[in-house]
Amino acid sequence: MDLNALSIHELNELLKKKETTPSALTEAVFKRIDAVEEQIGAFITLNKDEAFRRAGEADKKRASGDGGPLCGIPLSIKDVLCTKGLRTTAGSKILEPFVPPYTATVVEKLEDAGAIIVGKATMDEFAMGSSNENCAYGVPRNPWQLDSICGGSSGGSAASVAADECIASLGSDTGGSIRQPASHCGIVGLKPTYGRVSRFGLLAYASSLDQVGPLTKDITDCALMLNVISGYDSKDSTSVNRDVPDYCDALVDGLNGMTIGIPKEYFGEGLDSEVEAAVRNGIEKLKEAGAQVREVSLPHTEYGVAAYYLIAPAEASSNLARYDGVKYGMRDMEAEFLQDMYNQTRSKGFGDEVKRRIIMGTYALSSGYYDAYYKKASQVRTLIVEDYKKAFAECDVLVSPVTPSPAWKIGEKCNDPLSMYLSDVLTIPANLAGIPGLSVPCGMSDEGLPIGLQIQASHFDEEKLLRVGFNLETRLDLAGSKPPLS
Amino acid sequence: MNISKEEVVKVAHLARLDLSEGEVAEITEQLDRILGYVAKLNEINTENIEPTTHALALQNAFREDEVKPSLPQNESLANAPRQNGEAFVVPRII
Repeated sequence: MDLNALSIHELNELLKKKETTPSALTEAVFKRIDAVEEQIGAFITLNKDEAFRRAGEADKKRASGDGGPLCGIPLSIKDVLCTKGLRTTAGSKILEPFVPPYTATVVEKLEDAGAIIVGKATMDEFAMGSSNENCAYGVPRNPWQLDSICGGSSGGSAASVAADECIASLGSDTGGSIRQPASHCGIVGLKPTYGRVSRFGLLAYASSLDQVGPLTKDITDCALMLNVISGYDSKDSTSVNRDVPDYCDALVDGLNGMTIGIPKEYFGEGLDSEVEAAVRNGIEKLKEAGAQVREVSLPHTEYGVAAYYLIAPAEASSNLARYDGVKYGMRDMEAEFLQDMYNQTRSKGFGDEVKRRIIMGTYALSSGYYDAYYKKASQVRTLIVEDYKKAFAECDVLVSPVTPSPAWKIGEKCNDPLSMYLSDVLTIPANLAGIPGLSVPCGMSDEGLPIGLQIQASHFDEEKLLRVGFNLETRLDLAGSKPPLS
Repeated sequence: MNISKEEVVKVAHLARLDLSEGEVAEITEQLDRILGYVAKLNEINTENIEPTTHALALQNAFREDEVKPSLPQNESLANAPRQNGEAFVVPRII
């Protein structure tokens, strides 16, 4: 098997035994990018020269026996995380010329661990979307079926990992944007607990919901990435000062003593039968591993999407006010007056979905509507939080589908924003409550598209997620399956 | 109708967005549907329920007020569409 098709932990073994080098690995990754990127379109910007320079540094470290598991590992980074000296667009025209003067803390931590950034992965503009079709730089394709979406908003991250154009990736998840594309592309994706991982240098969409997390080829890699990116950051006052365990210690065989809750609302109307069958099969495997299974209820699940599409746009309307053509990004140079410059820059720079959400959010926050929309949604958020508290009093984790259906065709939902929003129904509640959620491959549809299983746990219980995910992965043995790309 | 074209134009102005007539019509129709959907929240009685604005119960995060290195002026200005070496330059205000 080609080097670029291996996982972090497999490569780490080869690197430790000096059977390969970071430079050889980086060579393999760029060869793969040359071969398939035209079909996939996972990247907005490549970082080839710097990647090889960094690989040379990693070669030396590995040669002297230094460096941790990530030393010399090529990664893609969602283009929403700032990288000093490397263009960062958030998938938007308004940031087309933006070259950040600093690096996001999470990326800095990965670089300090010796990881190599191969490029910036495509995404829905400002992380607003579920299909990666809202991108000013083209639409990526699902490596399993090129006419299908790869999911969003971290679509390029998921596609680049699934297509072996890198070994792992970082994405961000505000309403499912890591878990959903991971599910559609047949890889592992984790949204950590809100506060587990620093958001410094993450271009903000909805600050009370956004969280950065890994997209990887398997659970072990997910634990290895989480080990590096977790922890308090004085530059992000919402990050939590709490010890970071070695997440690899959670990867033990067997689930004796664990109780898995099956939220009945997640298996309701609108769930694709193949998705349900694959998830139920996964639950059987978890039982075989020794877990107790019981049905639980999260009665406010069906209100999550409505609450989210008020709260997230409200926060976005405020966060995106900074893109005004003054300090960075594009400016409409024709405007004579300042106010016109603001309006024309923003009108030309933002895409349709971003405009729609800014207007929706501004409306929800505007005088006379605030109580009816924003406040109401925030109260419903409390009820969703309480649902989870009750559920986690009875069980360790919740297991469900990630998405109601496998990936849809490119273009299918473009003209119907509401139907696109509703596809996030099973991932949004975790963001509203700030709890962690993991997407693990659990099967394939008859058409050949991947299906994911979602595991949710209480705040800072990532170890439970990884333990359950690991037991599923080892019993299903899907982690090595690859898309039929030429 | 949950929202009118006039309201969309007014809100767009508040958000510093100019919309074409076509955009106004399209966004009005889409927001009307979305607002119709989110009205579902009114099925729930939320009287006396405290709103949640943040996922974790955070305290104020205090720190010492120490002088630390920050971004130098030239790097702060480097991304500006127009600057004069000392400040961001913008079109006239009045």
